Amino acid sequence: MTDLFSPPASDAVGAFPESDVWSVSDLNAAVKALIEQELPALWIRGELCEFRSYASGHWYFALKDAGAQVRCCMWKGANTRVGRAPVDGTEVYALVRPELYPKKGEFQLIVTTLLPTAALGQRHLELERVKAVLQRDGLFDAGRKRALPALATTIALITSPDGAALHDMVTVARRRWPGARLLLVPARVQGLEAEGDLVRALGLVNRLDGVELCIVGRGGGSKDDLAVFNSEAVCRALAQVRVPTISAVGHETDVSLTDLVADVRAATPSAAMELAVADCREVRRAVDELAARLAGSLTQRTRLTRERLAHSGDRLQSGIEQLIERRRQQSERLAAQLDALSPLRVLERGYAVPRAPSGRVLRRRADFVAGAPFTLRVVDGDVAAHADAAS
Amino acid sequence: MTRKPSAPAPPLAAEPSLADELARLEQIVRRLEAEDIDLDAALALFEEGVRHLRTARERLGDAELTVRTVLEDAGGALRLSERDG
Repeated sequence: MTDLFSPPASDAVGAFPESDVWSVSDLNAAVKALIEQELPALWIRGELCEFRSYASGHWYFALKDAGAQVRCCMWKGANTRVGRAPVDGTEVYALVRPELYPKKGEFQLIVTTLLPTAALGQRHLELERVKAVLQRDGLFDAGRKRALPALATTIALITSPDGAALHDMVTVARRRWPGARLLLVPARVQGLEAEGDLVRALGLVNRLDGVELCIVGRGGGSKDDLAVFNSEAVCRALAQVRVPTISAVGHETDVSLTDLVADVRAATPSAAMELAVADCREVRRAVDELAARLAGSLTQRTRLTRERLAHSGDRLQSGIEQLIERRRQQSERLAAQLDALSPLRVLERGYAVPRAPSGRVLRRRADFVAGAPFTLRVVDGDVAAHADAAS
Repeated sequence: MTRKPSAPAPPLAAEPSLADELARLEQIVRRLEAEDIDLDAALALFEEGVRHLRTARERLGDAELTVRTVLEDAGGALRLSERDG
């Protein structure tokens, strides 16, 4: 592109064609575009002077240091967050967007945040003080952190009714847990009224029945915007909430004292809702699994009962068999005893039975007649014998 | 999100939560799987399990996300105002 800041090749009019001549509007538009392209929003430090507040509510002033000065403009929407109008001579930090006001060709800064440097010092001191007393009182203790409920459905949201944070949280809840009941407890989350609003809202959560979880938070903003989440009163009210709490203030990199007091810190309001509600698809899967196990357990139970009944039958039968076996053994024992009593068994052991030819058993000496024949019954037959006269 | 005319605060019922239902269901299933109870007790537990399962599924079927604004009137009474989620 044309180098706007190079001196013209010649200062004699007519030495170059008319088509090379810029209009004022084109020049200012080009410079404005260059500035806005090259210089993003930035912080500057300077002494405030020539302050004027217009009826429109907009503020106009200049910032200067020892060697330079620049015009500044702070719109009404931005300056209401500052509170009181600053006085000339105040040293300030300003978050600005440099631009060119084309109508007048004036380079100026659009101020979005204005902080007296002294106030910033004070704010830093106040932050350190609050941190120290909350720590002393145990509000940051790991021991007082409560676990989040596994399946929260009723959730209190403390945030601005008009902020992006609310919209983001509702979107996440609808995706993950469409049956969620969200209770918005509205509170301003920046500016002078924010502290009172947040304290009141946190107290109000304790009066709501059925709330399982409380999220307090807001979307990103300047340090100044997020400052109320470092307030001692807000932190103490948060610690008093009866249900588990999630603090979600600003973006990933912002950490405020409410993050340290809450049971859980989430990087953003969306992340807070991801932690707050379960994914209904996962829960459905878990319920299906329980249903299958429940059904399976009954099937298993009836199978077991059947088996036990069958087993009882087995036992009955085996009882009978045992009975029979016992009877059989008893019979055998008795038979053996009978057998032992059999005369043949006696003969087997070497005894013999003398009998007269008539078959009469000869039991005593007097039964034997000298010279008379008799038979001896041994185990395998009869043996002929006769008694000696001498006996 | 636009606001609807505010409705009187519906009571927030103190019924057992879904987490309670599922915890009891899990307990029942474990008990039934443990196999050391008699058939009558098992059947009673099974029936209770089916009730919890039905309630849990009904809860999961709730697809109507509600967003209500909690408002406190001058006397300190709370009421809920419906919002379009």
